[in-house]
Amino acid sequence: MIKVEQLTKKYPGVVAIHDLSFEVEKGEIVGFLGPNGAGKSTTMRILSSFMPPTFGRAYIAGHDVFRDSLKARRHLGYLPESVPLYRDMRVNEYLRYRGSLKGLSGRKLRSRAEAVKELCSLREVENKLIAGLSKGYRQRVGLAEALIHEPDLLILDEPTLGLDPNQIRHARELIKSLGKRHTILLSTHILSEVEVTCSRVIIIHRGKIEASDTPENLVGRIRTSGTVRLEARTGSDDPVERLERIAGVKNVAANQEDGWHRCSIRVEANSDLREDIFRLAVERCWTIRELTQERATLEDVFVELTHTDN
Amino acid sequence: MKRLFTLLQRELSVFYYSTIAYIVLFLFLILNGLSFWFAIALLNRAPSENTVVQVFFNSAFFWIAYLLVFSVITMRSFAEEFKLGTIETLMTAPVHDWEVVASKFLAALLFYLSLWLPSLLYFLIFGWLGNRSAIGSTAQVWAPYLLLLVMGMFNVALGCLASAMTSDQIVAAMISLMLTIGFFFVTLINYVVNSSSPLLREITAYVAQLDHMDSFSRGVVDSRVFVFYPSMTFLLLFITYQVFQYRRWKV
Repeated sequence: MIKVEQLTKKYPGVVAIHDLSFEVEKGEIVGFLGPNGAGKSTTMRILSSFMPPTFGRAYIAGHDVFRDSLKARRHLGYLPESVPLYRDMRVNEYLRYRGSLKGLSGRKLRSRAEAVKELCSLREVENKLIAGLSKGYRQRVGLAEALIHEPDLLILDEPTLGLDPNQIRHARELIKSLGKRHTILLSTHILSEVEVTCSRVIIIHRGKIEASDTPENLVGRIRTSGTVRLEARTGSDDPVERLERIAGVKNVAANQEDGWHRCSIRVEANSDLREDIFRLAVERCWTIRELTQERATLEDVFVELTHTDN
Repeated sequence: MKRLFTLLQRELSVFYYSTIAYIVLFLFLILNGLSFWFAIALLNRAPSENTVVQVFFNSAFFWIAYLLVFSVITMRSFAEEFKLGTIETLMTAPVHDWEVVASKFLAALLFYLSLWLPSLLYFLIFGWLGNRSAIGSTAQVWAPYLLLLVMGMFNVALGCLASAMTSDQIVAAMISLMLTIGFFFVTLINYVVNSSSPLLREITAYVAQLDHMDSFSRGVVDSRVFVFYPSMTFLLLFITYQVFQYRRWKV
């Protein structure tokens, strides 16, 4: 659905993206991650044919986004980062205007406008001026607009930016359900969102692709050492001293509260020391209230890949 | 064609949604009314060779309204899109850049033309009430409006260019006012340089809007303006198109 070949964009004095190549297959939901200024929005703007690349090619549904721009744009629903809308229009008017700009008319236009209003829960504000809508509603108007012509591909630039937790959850469900019919490329900073919605993740940093894989594989690949959490009553024992004797433990941090020791045990990578710790506890007659291995998250992957020393 | 119509509809609705359009309409109505009233008053005072149409279109009221209106009409057309960021949704919809430029130009031109309708009604009603001779011939009534159309095209295109250059409506209005007034006073060069160079006179005669109006309101239609202004309009719109694309790609 998307094919990007050696895409490069230079601004005066800065290289925003450098030699980017990737593909997105039909039906995928791809999360596009990276720190601010990594080149996510630039890539999305090129894909939506808002601006041309300095070098390289990009195709949407087989159409070059620059040479065959109008055909490429017909397959695309695009939600820019700032969700720009005409403030002087009403929701209904805006959707009808954008629909007819994208080639819908008559009965088809009306039924599509109704459908996207239903999908994005815009019923109650359909006759309101966009200027008077809250951030959450504006975001939904933007999304409804992107969906109105039933595009094969949706490009969403930070679709949950500025939403409250309930709205984020709602948006996530919506995006997930859209994934059944549309190919989606979305950028976001909320990594937990990516873990549940995306079938693949592309992480870019300083204009280059650092990783492209499923969220599970990325998390599995991470090599930072893990952490085991232990909460126990240890009697007269000093838990730190005892735990540090176990092979594979790097260091232990502990604090005490009402006689309970809460320990955070750093262990070496790819090892599970929970059984050893349990045996130690049984041997020393400790009472255990919690023993868990903390998993690496996508956040850890993100930080490791895009960590900068400056 | 359908797309162009959709865009045009949107651009026209922008005018009628905004308060500024109604302020312009209101002020224009007052200035036109005053201008017409003074024309009648002047002709009532003493016998004159001039028709009402002539006095109306050569009054200071008329020219002040004419010169000020373009910047107000065109200032938001492109500047507002850049400022709100809606340029991004607009240009990622399946529309050609030229369609956007054309729709913005046409909408501003149509709004400008609608401003003159009341004055045309004054003349028609005045003539219908039996003062045929004070109005002049049919050609004398219509000729100034033809001229307003072509000169308007030129000035609206200037305004569109100014608006495409900036993201700030006020700056756009200033630039377009400067350009409009600048072109209006180009003929003054003849007095400043004080040379009797026939070439200079020949050139400046093309943009001598006061002189055009003087002859058109007498019913003397000069075909040169129908070539000069439309071709300059095309040139200006082409530059606007280039500036627009350049700025969009530079974001």
